[in-house]
Amino acid sequence: MNAQAQTQYATEVGYNFAYLDEQTKRMIRRGLLKAVAVPGYQVPFGGREMPLPYGWGTGGMQLTAAILGAEDVLKVIDQGADDTTNAVSIRRFFARTAGVKTTTRTPEATVIQTRHRIPETPLNGDQIMVYQVPIPEPLRFIESSETETRTMHALEDYGVMHVKLYEDIATFGHIATSYAYPVTVDERYVMDPSPIPKFDNPKLHMSPALMLFGAGREKRLYAVPPYTQVVSLDFEDHPFEIQRWDECCALCGSQDSYLDELIVDDAGSKRFVCSDTDYCMQRRDLEEEGEQ
Amino acid sequence: MYVAVKGGERAIDNAHLLLAKKRRGDTSIPELSVEQVREQMPLAVARVMSEGSLYDPQLAALAIKQAAGDLMEAIFLLRAYRTTLPRFGASAALDTTQMQLTRRISATFKDLPGGQLLGPTFDYSHRLLDFALLAEGEQPGPQVDPQAELSPCPRVLDFLADEGLMAREVDDGAAVPDITREPLDFPASRAQRLQALARGDEGFLLALGYSTQRGYGRNHPFAGEIRIGEVEVWLEPEELGFAVPLGDIEVTECEMVNQFVGESAEQAQFTRGYGLAFGYAERKAMGMALVDRSLRAAEYNEEVEGPAQQEEFVLMHCDNVEAAGFVSHLKLPHYVDFQSELELIRKLRKQASEQPAAEEQRA
Repeated sequence: MNAQAQTQYATEVGYNFAYLDEQTKRMIRRGLLKAVAVPGYQVPFGGREMPLPYGWGTGGMQLTAAILGAEDVLKVIDQGADDTTNAVSIRRFFARTAGVKTTTRTPEATVIQTRHRIPETPLNGDQIMVYQVPIPEPLRFIESSETETRTMHALEDYGVMHVKLYEDIATFGHIATSYAYPVTVDERYVMDPSPIPKFDNPKLHMSPALMLFGAGREKRLYAVPPYTQVVSLDFEDHPFEIQRWDECCALCGSQDSYLDELIVDDAGSKRFVCSDTDYCMQRRDLEEEGEQ
Repeated sequence: MYVAVKGGERAIDNAHLLLAKKRRGDTSIPELSVEQVREQMPLAVARVMSEGSLYDPQLAALAIKQAAGDLMEAIFLLRAYRTTLPRFGASAALDTTQMQLTRRISATFKDLPGGQLLGPTFDYSHRLLDFALLAEGEQPGPQVDPQAELSPCPRVLDFLADEGLMAREVDDGAAVPDITREPLDFPASRAQRLQALARGDEGFLLALGYSTQRGYGRNHPFAGEIRIGEVEVWLEPEELGFAVPLGDIEVTECEMVNQFVGESAEQAQFTRGYGLAFGYAERKAMGMALVDRSLRAAEYNEEVEGPAQQEEFVLMHCDNVEAAGFVSHLKLPHYVDFQSELELIRKLRKQASEQPAAEEQRA
């Protein structure tokens, strides 16, 4: 889609289609091509200041702006939900600056920007996921220096990561990482899948959808191309496992979706509901149809 | 059924309307004009321009008004605007030696060519609340001698350089990288470091500079020269082939004289730290100069022992727009990640409480 054709869709006067200027988008797209060519490798890019604060999805927004075309249908979720305030704010930003169609329904979306979840509804090859990433470096909390961690990636020196996981087992009996759980991509780079719960990690493996990750403050982007091996780190005697609940969703009855815990009264009674609001709604709609 | 902490567009809109109301305050009191902010809060405007990396007093004043006086928010507003502006060129290096000075002091020489020029300053003022300001009224200015003329003020550090006591800074003519267009890489060049410090948070640089004075990477600073005034900006457009003046900007420049280094007694030379900020911003320029010098530790083979000497630590954390953003994002919902932590901690505790029982049974 060329810039001129896109301009007519822009509803916010004075800004380019999807806010960023075309040169900046080109720079980001070049970075994305590199990221797709080297799965899991963190590509430094000239991240721009966005009109939203750092840490609130500026990396994801820049990637979305760079790939968005006028015909795209955008879905934005935060914690799995379409109606959380920041998801509303980002969706509205692109509706204003790009005039694109937005949706809350996963199957209808062509671009899904997300913070901390992957939808429960399986993705297809025509969809692109854009992840908001706070700290792109999986080794950061073991080694604070960027110079060091870049060298470690170059040398595939990931021993410390396994030592850290082993220390967890020695202390707690389990790997004590429950989100932002590190993965190995395409048998080469160890990658932070962004702070999605480890429940979502298996959805990255051999996904037909393109996965793009953007860290605005840290000025890094990376990618998992479609049908790429993504393996969560583990040990033979302590295999990777995902979260399970004894309860099911109080609204749709789902037993296999990621659940949010709600405290519903002063006595601390709990109730569990789907974190993916669209998935929950789809199931409830189906149920109603079935009843009629 | 339940009320989750989720808000629609209406909640957001209403929140913004409430903020606008809070900013305006009591409507029986006249609204603050942008011109009033620009003219009567010049030091706030200077800080917003420096850390916002955009010299535009009018827009900085607008940002301060819009941010209800929250300077970091104003800096963020100005940055977000700046990022949309096209770059049509880089100016020639500022010639601060030719500055139209309003203030110039040196702590290293009692007297020097051009003299000490105190200018407007908080220094030596007694910090007593001036209740006269409560009542509105014109403040009388100083008596002015219309015949007075400023004699030339050569740079203090040049005297030292002429004597060979201070290494000269030589422009290698290389293109200056723009850290707002290309990501920082480490080790960073001095040009990149100075850019990052110039945008850096005044409070952060002040505290780091202070830490070097207290011994965390001490480098014995003297305020060699501080100059504040107007300096001309020149640009050489490619199609012209010669430089043309664009206008004047007010800047504060600080050059610190620091402890000497050298392989032998004959080669011993002082070192320097450099600070530059838009507008009247002495504290910022001094903090920047201290930190610039401490970040040159590797250059002078000094042991890195204090945080102010660690390049990655300083440069990755000095930007207050980045810092404020990432800290404030903690307000965003994190219940998905928190739920996974809850699930994990419950599992760990459950197993731990079951295990002793199992062991007892075995025994």
